[in-house]
Order: sequence, then structure tokens, then C-alpha cells
Amino acid sequence: MAEATKTKTIKFIITRQDSPDSQSYEEEFEIPYRKNMNVISALMEIRRNPVNAKGEETAPVNWEMGCLEEVCGACSMVINGKPRQSCTALIDQLEQPVRLEPMNTFPVVRDLEVDRRRMFDSLKKVKAWTPIDGTHDLGPGERMAESRRQWAYELSKCMTCGVCLEACPNVNSNANFIGPAALSQVRLHNATPNGSLHKAERMAAVTGDGGLQNCGNSQNCVQSCPKGIPLTTSIAALNREATVQSFKSFFGSDHNQ
Amino acid sequence: MADNREFFYRRLHSLLGVIPIGLFLMQHLTVNFFSTYGPEAFNNAAGFMENLPLRLGLEIFVIYLPLLFHAIYGVFIAFTAEPNTIRYGFFRNWMFLVQRITGILTLIFIAWHVWETRLANAIYGTEINFDLMASILSDPIMFWFYIIGVVSAVFHFANGLWSFFVTWGLTISPKSQLVMTYITIAIFAVFTYMGISSLIAFAS
Repeated sequence: MAEATKTKTIKFIITRQDSPDSQSYEEEFEIPYRKNMNVISALMEIRRNPVNAKGEETAPVNWEMGCLEEVCGACSMVINGKPRQSCTALIDQLEQPVRLEPMNTFPVVRDLEVDRRRMFDSLKKVKAWTPIDGTHDLGPGERMAESRRQWAYELSKCMTCGVCLEACPNVNSNANFIGPAALSQVRLHNATPNGSLHKAERMAAVTGDGGLQNCGNSQNCVQSCPKGIPLTTSIAALNREATVQSFKSFFGSDHNQ
Repeated sequence: MADNREFFYRRLHSLLGVIPIGLFLMQHLTVNFFSTYGPEAFNNAAGFMENLPLRLGLEIFVIYLPLLFHAIYGVFIAFTAEPNTIRYGFFRNWMFLVQRITGILTLIFIAWHVWETRLANAIYGTEINFDLMASILSDPIMFWFYIIGVVSAVFHFANGLWSFFVTWGLTISPKSQLVMTYITIAIFAVFTYMGISSLIAFAS
């Protein structure tokens, strides 16, 4: 039994890039199999012994990781053609050779590590937070129905991992679309009693440049989201809100909240 | 609002595609269907449209201006996308891609079609009737060009109608969007049938 596991190996084809501006290239690795491995433990094995499949010494593969339990989003990469988190990508469930690529929608920092800054900038742009600080005690927030809380909790599972942006055909270098993640966060914050006080500001931001209107309804986001967030439902709900808001601001009075 | 043209243009693009362009398309295919009843029936139906009061005004505001905006802005939208159906072969992603392809095909077809009918009439006084279409469609290349053009236009309208319902926030839930998918498939089937039968009637 010990003999058999020793000879068993896992093949990897990894898309590498030495610096943000250099050309990418593929490198193959073959590492010994262990039980219950995930892509991250395999990458750690390569880091421990950075030798490629040809037996040449090479620089260890660079990647990003955080929580190792699919809640931080940092370790996202394209695994066998599908963007997902490498911590929950179990080797036993993957077809070999395992192909690892960076999420190319984002600027590549090095190898599998990408810069997801545009997502955080988008969250700032659309004010995806609920202001609760004041110069005096603002008191407790309004109560929320339990059923509504449970629904909102699903939207709050977003970890800004970038998978939906990677899957979206309208998020690319030709366009400045902020992507589905930030849009769904606007819906979340608009839906809570305290957050709804700032709904108008968020709607103005979300219908601004690069906003909601750039969605082309390919619906890849909702199919790809690792957390099962109803992204396209959020987008359509915001579309309705934007329709109502624009009618109000055109035909309505001088104050439209 | 002033610094926010993109939202306005996108919504205008979506609206014009259905009202008036989509309505015009359905009306146009309905009138054309009279060709299956015979040359005289078609000439009467087309003659009725030709003699509508304020025809040039109707043409400009119901057809030319909306169509020009929809086409030019649509080309811009189509070419800012980076299709990825190979990696993400979902149904809606294919619809997304085919919507853009049929948009371009429809634009090429309409440009040719307007040139050889409406503009030929305005410039050379070509009479628009059953015989004109019969002579155009007697050429097998033109016949297939028209088939592709009509099917593209109808697809682009039907699938665009689906997007219109999402864009304006009419269908939000996945269930309502699915029902709308079936409804738009039915619209596609009916008008494709009408369009193709008319073309066959002209050609035979």
C-alpha cells in the first residue's frame, strides 16, 4: 500500500508570469500524491521542492491565500478552466493534469496572484456600507424581520473573490463595468433598515459611469458564484429601483428619496 | 443626470429596440405575410401602409432615427464585450453572444434591404410591390441572404425583448425570467415562420 502511494503523482500545468509586465508561460510540475490534498497543499509541495516536471530547479509558484475555508476569497484562480477558490478545490475531484491559471480579468501580480483592487474601489464608489457612526449616540438600529435577515444574510456572504468578474464578458479592458459583486452589495445595504437611509446616494452611484447599465445579461456571474449569491436577481431588482428612481426624478417633485 | 449619459443612453437603447423598432418589425412581418395570400393581397396591404398620412414623419420618427441610434450604439456595445462561451457555455451566455452576432448581421441586412427598396424608391422611383420582391428573391444568393437577415432580425428582437424585461426591472425573479424565456421563444417561432413563409411566397 505504501509502495503504491509513493509512485502515484499529480500532474500540474501552471500558467506563470514573473512580473506584472512580462509574458506569461506554462510550466509543468509533477508532485507526489498524498491523500486529501487540495490545490493549495499541492502548491505548498511545489514551494517546498521547486523542481518542474523536467527535473529543473525553478522559482516557486506564487499565489495568494488567507482563510483556507472559502470565506476570504483571496486564493481564487482558474482551475481546469473554472474560476474558483483553490482551498476548496480537492485534488481527488479534479481531472489531471490540473491546469492552474490566474484570473486574467485582473492585473496579474505574479504567477497566480492577481490584484483585485478594482473590486474594492467599486465598493467604495457605490458606497457599499452602512454609516452608523455619529458625533453622538445614534441609538440602536431598527429591528429587521427574521425572514428578511435570513435573506439578507445570503447576500452578505460575498467575499469579493472576483469569480463573477472573471466570468463576466462585459468586465474587460475595453469597459469600466464595476461588475456583479458590488451591485449585489448595493442591494444588500439598501435592504437593511439603517442602510436604506442612504439608498438614494447608492442608486446615484450605481447608475453612474461603469454602473448597473453595463450588465449584458449573460448571467455567467450567478452560475459561477461559489457562494450561490443571487447576483442576477440583485441586478434585476436594482434595475427596477433605477427605473422607479429615474421616473421619480424626472416627473416627480423636488425631493425624491 | 448631466454627467450620467451612459445610463440614459443604455436605457434609451433598450427602449427603442422594443418601442418603436420591435413593434415596427412585427407590423412589417405581418404586412409581408399577405404575400402568402397572393400578389394582389400583398400589394393592397403594402399600399395601405404606403398611403398612411404623414408617412415621411412616421418613417423618420418611428423607424429611421430610432434605428440609427439603436444600430450605432449597439455596435459600440457589441464590440466592448469579450465573449467567453467556450469557457462558460451556459444558455444565457450563448444568447448574449448570439444577440451581438445577430445585431451585426441584422444591421448589414437592413442597410442592404433599405437601399434596394426604400432608397431605390426615393432615388430612382422604383415601385415597391410584389414583383420587386419576387425579382430580388429569384436570385438564390439573395434569397438566402434575406432568410439569414430575417431570422437574425427576429432573433435579435425576441431575445432583446427578454433583456428589455430584465433591464427595466419587470422580470426580477429567476422564475419570471424563465417564463419570459419561453414566451420570447414562442415570439421567435411565430415571426420566423411568418417571415420565412413570406420570403418563400415572394420567391415562388
